[in-house]
Amino acid sequence: MSAVRKPLSPFTGGLEQIGACGLFLVQILRAMPRSLRHFPETVRQIFFVGAMSLVIIMTCGLFVGAVLGLQLYDVLSRFGSSAMSGTVVAFALYRELGPVVTALLFAGRAGTSITAEIGLMRATDQLDAMEMMAVDPMAYVVAPRFLAGLIAMPLLACIFNAMAILGAHMVCVSWLGLDNGTFWSNMTSAVDVWIDVANGVWKSIAFGAVVTLIATFQGYTTSPTSEGVAYATTRTVVFSSIATLAIDFVMTAFLM
Amino acid sequence: MTTNRAPNRDAASDAPRKDASPPDALIKDALIKISGLRTVLNGKTIFDGVDLEIPRGRVTAIMGPSGTGKTTLMRHITGQLPPDAGNILVDGQDVWRLGREQLFALREKIGYLFQNSALLTDFSVFENVAFPLRQHLRLPEQLVRNIVLTKLQAVGLRGAAELMPSELSGGMMRRVALARAIVRDPMMIIYDEPFVGLDPVALNQILKLIRTLNQTLGITSILVAHELAAVAQVADSIYLLAAGKIAAHGPPAQLARGETPWTKQFFGGEADGPVPFHYPAADYAAQLGLDGGKQ
Repeated sequence: MSAVRKPLSPFTGGLEQIGACGLFLVQILRAMPRSLRHFPETVRQIFFVGAMSLVIIMTCGLFVGAVLGLQLYDVLSRFGSSAMSGTVVAFALYRELGPVVTALLFAGRAGTSITAEIGLMRATDQLDAMEMMAVDPMAYVVAPRFLAGLIAMPLLACIFNAMAILGAHMVCVSWLGLDNGTFWSNMTSAVDVWIDVANGVWKSIAFGAVVTLIATFQGYTTSPTSEGVAYATTRTVVFSSIATLAIDFVMTAFLM
Repeated sequence: MTTNRAPNRDAASDAPRKDASPPDALIKDALIKISGLRTVLNGKTIFDGVDLEIPRGRVTAIMGPSGTGKTTLMRHITGQLPPDAGNILVDGQDVWRLGREQLFALREKIGYLFQNSALLTDFSVFENVAFPLRQHLRLPEQLVRNIVLTKLQAVGLRGAAELMPSELSGGMMRRVALARAIVRDPMMIIYDEPFVGLDPVALNQILKLIRTLNQTLGITSILVAHELAAVAQVADSIYLLAAGKIAAHGPPAQLARGETPWTKQFFGGEADGPVPFHYPAADYAAQLGLDGGKQ
């Protein structure tokens, strides 16, 4: 029996983790109404995970857009379609790159800090102290961070997209000489706000939920040691990245 | 803000306690009743049929060798860690049958001083002490300020109100945690190793504070500590935990006389006795290869 079960243990262990994460999500949702009592904490977390991530999101957005513009202009000009560069950049950003790259950056910047912060609170008995003061850590610590991720991620994705389009404009128009009117008019006539832009927003909301769920779960359930917090932080990045890309595929299939 | 007046206590006395009458005779109204407690953690039996009662309005010390389960017992009492068997009644309520809301309502009446202080690192000293007030009571800011400063004054840290926990020494953090534990004048306070890291001046002041809280407000206190000299000054009775059971129970002066092997070894600080100093291990000589290959 054990010979059969042993090879399955990593698989069952993984399933167990997914199940525990699902139950953790239920706990967060149940704590959400009570967390509204701590709304200033939610605002503080939106600032922390949102505003504090702006520099990396804007910088990366600018360069991603610039590279995308450069590559697409080069490839499309071979087919005499360089005028479509702005349009293709916008499609790629709104539908895929914007939400996905923002989520990956968000996992690295905000997800890790959420995990480390909650993990250290666990290691230094701060969460137990809250419990002993009759303050529910799920409502005071976890739910505000989850809500903050949910709100901040679509906003960050929009800013990422805006900066990326600016980067593509700088390369295609200012540097490579594409006509400014062509760049914008092709883009605005081809991109549909309710299909292309909205799909990206839905995706970024889903990614925000998944990344912050994984980050808070890893921090809350971490082993209360420095090594445990380090592993939890690493797991946040790895699991968030995999989950983001997997969910992106599923959502794309449904939203197409 | 529940308080319970202790009967017939000498509120002004700072003198060390005399050997009181047998504690069992004092337990007319037990705040905590534990019976048949059994706990196994990671395959190790921590408690094996422990029965004890903590009288209301008294200071009771829980002592014992390191790793004997003193903090675990506190976690059982406060509903943080479930036991494998047994009943734990706090203020007449079975802790492990309470719903979450009822448990939180009970915890609002309990102050808990953690072993490592557990201050909220993002908050200043003032905000740490104010935290329970802000979370549970809608008080005017001026009143919150006055209560917090009063408690900080009691632990000698009113001047440190604006400092962050990272700017405090270990002893100061413990005193801030103590101020936070008493900020709502609880029914009961659990002090988990309150004397660690305190200099003699601070230690003396904290002892006075524990005594004053107990005598003037009748707050039931549970003291988990190793320092017999300090404990003897404030505790009415001591439970000595060892080998998963209550090894001895009585007033500090009685236990300090070392009339049983357990108390003799523990309070005398002797290496030999029923409590092994060494963790179970293989034969020393054999492990060092000095047994001539006999094993």
